Amino acid sequence: MRTLYTWSAILAIVFASVVGDVLLSHAMKQVGDVGELRRRAGLLHVIVRTLSNPNFLFAVASMAAAFFSLLFALSWGDVSLVAPAAASLTFIANAVAAKIFLHEKVDRRRWIAASLVAAGVALLAG
Amino acid sequence: MNFRKYLVLAGVTVFAVAGDSMLSHGMKQVGTISIHHLQSVFSAVTNPWVALGILFLLGFFATYTTALSWADLTYVMPATALGYVLLALVARFVLHEYISPLRWLGIVLITSGVGFVAGGPALTEHPLGEAGKIAEGSRAEKSPPFDSAQGKLLAKDARNGAPQVGITGKV
Repeated sequence: MRTLYTWSAILAIVFASVVGDVLLSHAMKQVGDVGELRRRAGLLHVIVRTLSNPNFLFAVASMAAAFFSLLFALSWGDVSLVAPAAASLTFIANAVAAKIFLHEKVDRRRWIAASLVAAGVALLAG
Repeated sequence: MNFRKYLVLAGVTVFAVAGDSMLSHGMKQVGTISIHHLQSVFSAVTNPWVALGILFLLGFFATYTTALSWADLTYVMPATALGYVLLALVARFVLHEYISPLRWLGIVLITSGVGFVAGGPALTEHPLGEAGKIAEGSRAEKSPPFDSAQGKLLAKDARNGAPQVGITGKV
């Protein structure tokens, strides 16, 4: 039962992280190149423009949800399972989500990179 | 991708590692926080390491957000993973901890993954919609800001300017 709880919490972390990352990426593409924007209109404008983007706010909320899921997962499972499992699954899920929702060109090069990184993180954090 | 942008990506990695390490160090000084005394988590902020850690993690979020404004999520993600490598190297060479062969293999895998993705284009170009801010080494980088009235013109310009990099849409 404890294992089921732990894996449910890990899936919740992955889901919330992916939603957060995808929304943040989408929000920042809507905001535009921050460096260019800052040169043109000033830092204050960049901050206001970013903070007033609804997708940005939803992204932050999702990331907060991911953080609290992590706390729950850590209270049920070992950190040596939770941290690498959540991190490496997030890498793969992010690549899939970026292709589907952000229409990023996830070519073979990026699939290989995401898989290598996910495997590496699992080994390193495990 | 110019030098400034690589610097931002390096910032993502360094801020994350520094922030996490300081937070971890600070929380060990603060001690265990009981589930019945959750309010003591607020007093943890007064620990200088925790406060500094939070400051660095804010720096991480700022650089991460900046990077996502001109690069794909699947491009920035591996850069954040370099933090694990940096953390392991700090553990080995600064803290003189033992790193098992399996962990060295992990370092090699992450580093080669990052090398793979860094060799490709940073941003998928969408000819329509967000076409005004095509970043990858094209003339659009120095072009006037995106304007919806000019959008079509800029999109055409960007397509002509950098046809060689990852265009998903049909021209």
